[in-house]
Amino acid sequence: MVGGKSLGDRTFSVTNTVIMVVIMIVTVYPFWYAIISSLNSGIDLQRGPVFLWPRIFTWASWRAVLADPGLLSAAWITISRTAFVTIISIFYTAMFAYAFSRPYLKWRKWYMALGFTSMYFSGGLIPSFLLINWLHLYDNYWVYIIPSLFGGFWNVIILNANYKAIPDALFESAKLDGASEFSIFLRLVLPLSKPVLAALSIFTAVGIWNDYGTTLYFTQSNDLQTLQYLILKLLQTSSAVEQLSSSASLSNPAVSELLSLAQGQGEITSRTIELASMVIASIPMVVMYPFAQRFFISGVLLGSVKG
Amino acid sequence: MNPSDKKRKKQKGYALQSDLRTQTELAVMIGPGVISIIVFSFLPLFGLLMAFKHYDPISGVKGIFTSPWNHFDNFKLIFDNFQFWPMVKNTLGINLIGSLVGIPVTIIFALLLNEIVSTRFKSAIQTITYLPHFLSWVIYGGLYITLLNPQEGIINYLLVHLHLVKEPLQFLSDPSYFWGLAIVTNLLKDLGWGAILYLAAMAGVDQSLYEAASIDGAGRFKRMFHITLPGIMPTLMIMIIFAVSGMLNNNFTQIYVLQNSLNLPASQVLDTYVYQTGLLNFQFDVATAIGLMKSVLALVLLVGANYASKKITKSGLF
Repeated sequence: MVGGKSLGDRTFSVTNTVIMVVIMIVTVYPFWYAIISSLNSGIDLQRGPVFLWPRIFTWASWRAVLADPGLLSAAWITISRTAFVTIISIFYTAMFAYAFSRPYLKWRKWYMALGFTSMYFSGGLIPSFLLINWLHLYDNYWVYIIPSLFGGFWNVIILNANYKAIPDALFESAKLDGASEFSIFLRLVLPLSKPVLAALSIFTAVGIWNDYGTTLYFTQSNDLQTLQYLILKLLQTSSAVEQLSSSASLSNPAVSELLSLAQGQGEITSRTIELASMVIASIPMVVMYPFAQRFFISGVLLGSVKG
Repeated sequence: MNPSDKKRKKQKGYALQSDLRTQTELAVMIGPGVISIIVFSFLPLFGLLMAFKHYDPISGVKGIFTSPWNHFDNFKLIFDNFQFWPMVKNTLGINLIGSLVGIPVTIIFALLLNEIVSTRFKSAIQTITYLPHFLSWVIYGGLYITLLNPQEGIINYLLVHLHLVKEPLQFLSDPSYFWGLAIVTNLLKDLGWGAILYLAAMAGVDQSLYEAASIDGAGRFKRMFHITLPGIMPTLMIMIIFAVSGMLNNNFTQIYVLQNSLNLPASQVLDTYVYQTGLLNFQFDVATAIGLMKSVLALVLLVGANYASKKITKSGLF
């Protein structure tokens, strides 16, 4: 910043730094608290919370959770759908956006109208539910894949803005060399759009990984449960137990199995099971996003500012 | 590129590119997405007919078209329901207070962050404050449910041991805390992420304005107020327009995680009610009617907010 270092300036800098440090602590601490509590002996935790470090360190809850077949099956559903949808939907959407970005595309205006309408009008939950049923996707693994293949028109707008940054001369010379639209897309446009594709892939992956709505609305089998859904049921079960309200809809075999790992008076309690599953389920996203951070600005802001 | 080049390119371009092969290739590329949009965004619109009909779930998809019209009976049913107005109050209360608190706090955070000189410290703050955005609401909500637990939660432990309260506070089971809980957790989760757009707008402000202002003797706060704030005005207006049009849309994923049978009086919002009436009680027609009302109002609010923003600040979304 410009200006001399007056007393007021220095006071401001110090106060500002303190505020920022406080905000960082407030943001991170809940997560840290979950980590240390899940790595602490469960019975010891009942005596009082841990603050900075586990009092009696143990991997017991983590080991128990990671060996639980119900949780592993939920993890497999989550991992496979995330990988599947991210890879296909980015390609699918990027391809749509490429065709859409060509000024000589026939009926371009109609596609635009179609896209914008889909952004502002939606049938809502119940009509979607009937559609999913009608398509025989209800309680079917493919409900996690097929409806999510197209990444939405908003992503098309972002991609379109990024494609515009590619010089026209490149397209022209490729055309003159007789390149087909497919090869222009694959060999020219995709390699030049890596940052935005990376950013959109991350957003898609995070969205799918964190989604529990699809499971809640469109499935009922236990073997289609995702990690987030399983943890949600775990939370709801323990809060129901604490509030002594017995709700039949909360009995879920996978949750009961997970809770049966708790030994009552031992190292593993329902609390540490809960926290360990929560921490484990968020590790992939927590590990990934700092590396992906540089793409956010270059990829997406560029799109939204230019668009 | 000069104008004559552009013209030449256009003519040549069309001659070269508008042939049948090119158009077929493009159609093949755009086709799958168009099918997805039609199937998953347009077909459900037919389902909205249910809002004006007496619909029996057993009649399936065909029933959407064959069920008898009941005019506005579904809507009358909604307005006569004693649960309806409290729900509207919860929905509007959480969203309105959430935006009134959330937008200014996010802007202040972005302004303060913008004043941090060290780039390393700045990016460290950003990385750390992005963290909650990448956690799901199940996890983030679950963390707070654990922290606020009356028996073992650290917050109640501190409050009791510091003698600030006599009894642990029932943050999750007492309805009077729910709005605050929803608003604060939402704010904390997206504080860092929400600041990105404002920071980008601030980076676009002409630096020479700051220099000129400080030569004229404007202090730090004056510069913030008279240069930075007007610079982020268009971004702010877009955020306000989105907030206004989303006034009836609660974040279902958040509310549903924090909701339980005891805090229901303060936590039942339109979105959770649609889920409950529709998918748990199978009143498809009533649930669709609520959904339809919500989306129509959202569209009206969007257009209205955009119009107002254009009138007042000359910048808007469209």
